[in-house]
Amino acid sequence: MEVNQVLDAKGLSCPLPIVRAKKAMDTLATGQVLEVHVTDKGALSDFPAWAKSSGHEILDQSIEADVIKFIIKKG
Amino acid sequence: MAVQKMTSAQVARKVIENQPLFILDVRNRDDFEDWKIEGHRFEYLNVPYFELLDGVEKILPKLPSDQDILVVCAKEGSSVMVAEMLSDAGYDVYYLEGGMKAWSSYLEPIKIGDLTNGGELYQFVRLGKGCLSYMVISDGEAAIIDAVRFKDVFINFAKEKNVEITHVFDTHLHADHISGGRHIAKETGAKYYLPPKDADEVVYEYNPLEDGLTVKVGNSKIEVGALYSPGHTIGSTSFIVDNKYLLTGDILFIDSIGRPDLAGRAEDWVGDLRETLYRRYRELAEDLIVLPAHFMIIDELNEDGTVAKRLGNLFAENHGLNIESEEEFRKTVTENLPPQPNAYQEIRQVNMGKLTPDEEEQMEMEIGPNRCAVR
Repeated sequence: MEVNQVLDAKGLSCPLPIVRAKKAMDTLATGQVLEVHVTDKGALSDFPAWAKSSGHEILDQSIEADVIKFIIKKG
Repeated sequence: MAVQKMTSAQVARKVIENQPLFILDVRNRDDFEDWKIEGHRFEYLNVPYFELLDGVEKILPKLPSDQDILVVCAKEGSSVMVAEMLSDAGYDVYYLEGGMKAWSSYLEPIKIGDLTNGGELYQFVRLGKGCLSYMVISDGEAAIIDAVRFKDVFINFAKEKNVEITHVFDTHLHADHISGGRHIAKETGAKYYLPPKDADEVVYEYNPLEDGLTVKVGNSKIEVGALYSPGHTIGSTSFIVDNKYLLTGDILFIDSIGRPDLAGRAEDWVGDLRETLYRRYRELAEDLIVLPAHFMIIDELNEDGTVAKRLGNLFAENHGLNIESEEEFRKTVTENLPPQPNAYQEIRQVNMGKLTPDEEEQMEMEIGPNRCAVR
């Protein structure tokens, strides 16, 4: 899968990860893919809810050494 | 317009004094549905912060112009962002300092009443989580019952009252919140007590809290007497303080009764719960004032913010004390139970001393309502 942009939001706390992700998403075209790295645990529930409410699709979600990784397709 | 912070203590006063407040909760819908700040005259609007990133215009028509608006989120950050956007749009708003995390941690000490010879009994109301802790004060000494994990609140309160903490009790091994009991005892040199039947797996030293144990607080005649009352757990023990108050732990609440399933033994313990509520408690004086370790809904608070009611009134009004058929009682407390408290198995492990999570992890474990009751 081709990732069009990677956003490093590690160390940022709520609401900044989603604020940055939204800004990044605004620069992408529909169907393009954003990868986000975040350490704030609130992201686990906020990212899926944000994606759903803005019509994006979370293709993959994983956790490795406290870093949560989301692969999100722009809707 | 201005953004101001509101502390949990200020919100607590609004809850207790029945003041109005408009809460704009910007957490996820699921989180809001699960657990929010409850107040008799509070109004709510729940819109997740990530739906407001393009602007707050769409919610402005839903905001009141004649009452305080408090923006609430999990840890404060998002509520400040939304509050600033509302301020730019011309509104005076507050945000909750420390968010729901701080609200969950806040304790309001309220005096329940005077005891013999100048003693006092205090209830520490944890509004955000529904936990109730107690301090019996008499003649320079204090006993604490069912302390929550914020040990400094109790230690500092004792300092303010100029009393020495001598005894610390847990009525049972808690499953919904992390106990501060043995940590307070360690720091102050007090004796820590736990029912041995709940303590099979604990990995620290404790004194056995057994039926009939009587402890004197101070030199006066105030007695704290233990009454074995199993059912929520097999070790659950109640206290009678000064022949006036019945501290029921998680066995009997104001508008509900304890659930027997949090240690995975509902079928085994339902008989004990029945025995305690329908026979042991029935033998006690009806004028005892019941002081539970939890409340579930804001309606259980009295006008002064305390959670307390005469035992005789509970026999008349509490549904859980008025189920005649044993079979129906068994069904009520073992079937169709509410969801179990967040992380209750891990919390039991912490209270046994087997897990030692850091502050942040403890906070995460305790998120959400307490859910120790069956209505």
